[in-house]
Amino acid sequence: MTDVKMHVLVCGGTGCMSSKSQEIIDNFRRCLEERRMDQEVKVIVSGCFGFCEKGPIVKIAPDNTFYVQVTPEDVEEIVEEHIVKGRKVPRLLYVDPKTSEHISDSKHMDFYKKQMRVALRNCGFIDPENIDEYIARDGYMALGTILETMTPAEVIDKVKSSGLRGRGGGGFPTGLKWEFASRYSSEQGKYVICNADEGDPGAFMDRSILEGDPHSIVEAMSICGYAIGADKGLVYIRAEYPLAVKRLRGAIESARSTGLLGKDILGSEFSFDIDIRYGAGAFVCGEETALIHSMEGERGEPTSKPPFPAEKGFWGKPSNVNNVETFANVPAIFLKGPDWFSSIGTEKSPGTKVFALAGKVNNVGLVEVPMGTTLREVIFDIGGGIRGGKRFKAVQTGGPSGGCLTEKDLDTPIDFDNLLAAGSMMGSGGMIVMDETDCMPAVAKFYLEFTVEESCGKCTPCRVGNKRLLEILEKITEGKGTMEDLKILKDLSGVIKDTSLCGLGQTAPNPILSTLDKFWDEYVAHVEEHRCPSGKCRKLISYRIDPDLCRGCTMCARKCPADAISGSVKEIHVIDQDKCVKCGACMDTCKFGAISKI
Amino acid sequence: MSTIKSLDELKKIRAQMKSATELREKGQDIEKLVQVKVSMGTCGIVAGARETLDGLMEEVKSRGIDNVVFTQTGCMGYCHSEPTVEITLPGQDPVVFGDVSGNRISEIVERYIVEGELVDGVIPVAYKTIHE
Repeated sequence: MTDVKMHVLVCGGTGCMSSKSQEIIDNFRRCLEERRMDQEVKVIVSGCFGFCEKGPIVKIAPDNTFYVQVTPEDVEEIVEEHIVKGRKVPRLLYVDPKTSEHISDSKHMDFYKKQMRVALRNCGFIDPENIDEYIARDGYMALGTILETMTPAEVIDKVKSSGLRGRGGGGFPTGLKWEFASRYSSEQGKYVICNADEGDPGAFMDRSILEGDPHSIVEAMSICGYAIGADKGLVYIRAEYPLAVKRLRGAIESARSTGLLGKDILGSEFSFDIDIRYGAGAFVCGEETALIHSMEGERGEPTSKPPFPAEKGFWGKPSNVNNVETFANVPAIFLKGPDWFSSIGTEKSPGTKVFALAGKVNNVGLVEVPMGTTLREVIFDIGGGIRGGKRFKAVQTGGPSGGCLTEKDLDTPIDFDNLLAAGSMMGSGGMIVMDETDCMPAVAKFYLEFTVEESCGKCTPCRVGNKRLLEILEKITEGKGTMEDLKILKDLSGVIKDTSLCGLGQTAPNPILSTLDKFWDEYVAHVEEHRCPSGKCRKLISYRIDPDLCRGCTMCARKCPADAISGSVKEIHVIDQDKCVKCGACMDTCKFGAISKI
Repeated sequence: MSTIKSLDELKKIRAQMKSATELREKGQDIEKLVQVKVSMGTCGIVAGARETLDGLMEEVKSRGIDNVVFTQTGCMGYCHSEPTVEITLPGQDPVVFGDVSGNRISEIVERYIVEGELVDGVIPVAYKTIHE
């Protein structure tokens, strides 16, 4: 008998793969073969389920059981208990932190309750390496219907009326962008470019889409090609995303061999093909003009716009650049209609947005919510609140170009305009949560270190200005800053924003400006009192041993990596402040609470 | 796979491939489906549970019923009445049928799964589980 009665889906995203999911997959296949059940039970390597915090994840259909933090050693038990005997394995089920109940079905988990998966609709559901599974989920139907029944102008109109805005960060209306590109004609060709250069610290939305549902990008790029009159597509992807590259390459090859890419697609006169270009991983190459130069083999430096790529793009030909997540939405818009799409989300930002939720939240992972969901819902309901019962302090959105939002912004409905109004931005969707132990000037310094490192150096404000900003932040976090420095920070930031050549420089001072604005007191404490209120800046804190509490157990002295603690058995110990590296190991070791941080 | 040359061909292939993801799609709304569990302990298998499972699947397929999912399970403890089959209709409590073989297979599909009418040979529930 060969009827398949059960599916075992194992997450094959980068996150779970690095926690041995390949071994889990192999074990499943072996265990099922040993029991001669390999014909009845199908093992599927899927894309990311999003709940990376609890990975590796194994899902069993049709009873929809969601096993979390599975190890290769657990496979035997799942096969023996669940697959053979039909009994769930309770110890591998998710435990709700609020009610301590075991939840077997992802539908009933807080993490999934408020999510709506449009761009991620197939991630974690299909085998990304199998084109049949994509077709079974209406894959390439949007393209087929368009080629048979619609003119390019109608396609553009539909995208326009859906209200889709670019998910790469800027939020520019996608339909309008396509219309611009369609207006320019070129004898020598036109290009559709997919921007898969995901550079924001903490962001992994685009990578997960390419890993989990690469055909949706191939299909959407073809649709765009038809709409704007291009016959060539290019994906610019980071070479350090090997799994995404492999899956995308596989998708392109299978689409080509099935006739869904190449000459006269589906019997129409439309021909389109896609190539991959590798980026070396430079943040600035996410900017479209820099990206194009990098693809041409030049240095990845931006040039001023206009001319926009729609007019003069790759090799001087008209080109349309969209980000991965933007493309992922396109087939869904045509399958379900622009009205369906625009009914989701807010009036000016329809649809959903994928966020890479990271930092000090309980449930780190990939989250897709309708626009207009509040930050509070994302962080506390889906994210499960702050790790370790600590207090929420701030959330950084929009990556190095964005800013920090605080407690009072938590009820902001997330969309492009609201986040800008609140002093941050959507960006590509990185969302990093911070708690009371995070120092805001240090956070600003972290982002500046990133932009200084990533600046291409072409224009002076960015190359020199950001370096100066970083130096001032270093002074402040070392307790050597002055009030004058705070003023310079603000003024110089304004100049850099106004005079930089591209988006990288224009937005680089944003983390500083937003933390200055919202955490002014913290900057003042560093400057005037030489004190770090969150106890993070090493130069401003010191560890002391309370002589009344010290029992002379020598534990701290033995643990200290710098030999900074002296004292013999049963005598009071002392820390040599000059030698101390302020790692805090002594405080963690002391059983008597004798060591404190001041 | 050979080349797909038109939208109609794509639609045909989609229809063929639907079954590849069907179980997963169904799993999204399992409570709205008929769930059939066939007891597959040693006693069940010896008594012909595998033939019963095949028979049930064949019967359901030939009638074009598409809201049923099958799983196999371990011994339910009714060794005296193997093969045993547990059927849960949407929104109802599970019912266990004993001695399901031969004609009883089509009878159960016809009368219980399709019509929702109880058939002779139901094993009364004589135990409680820790989940209750």
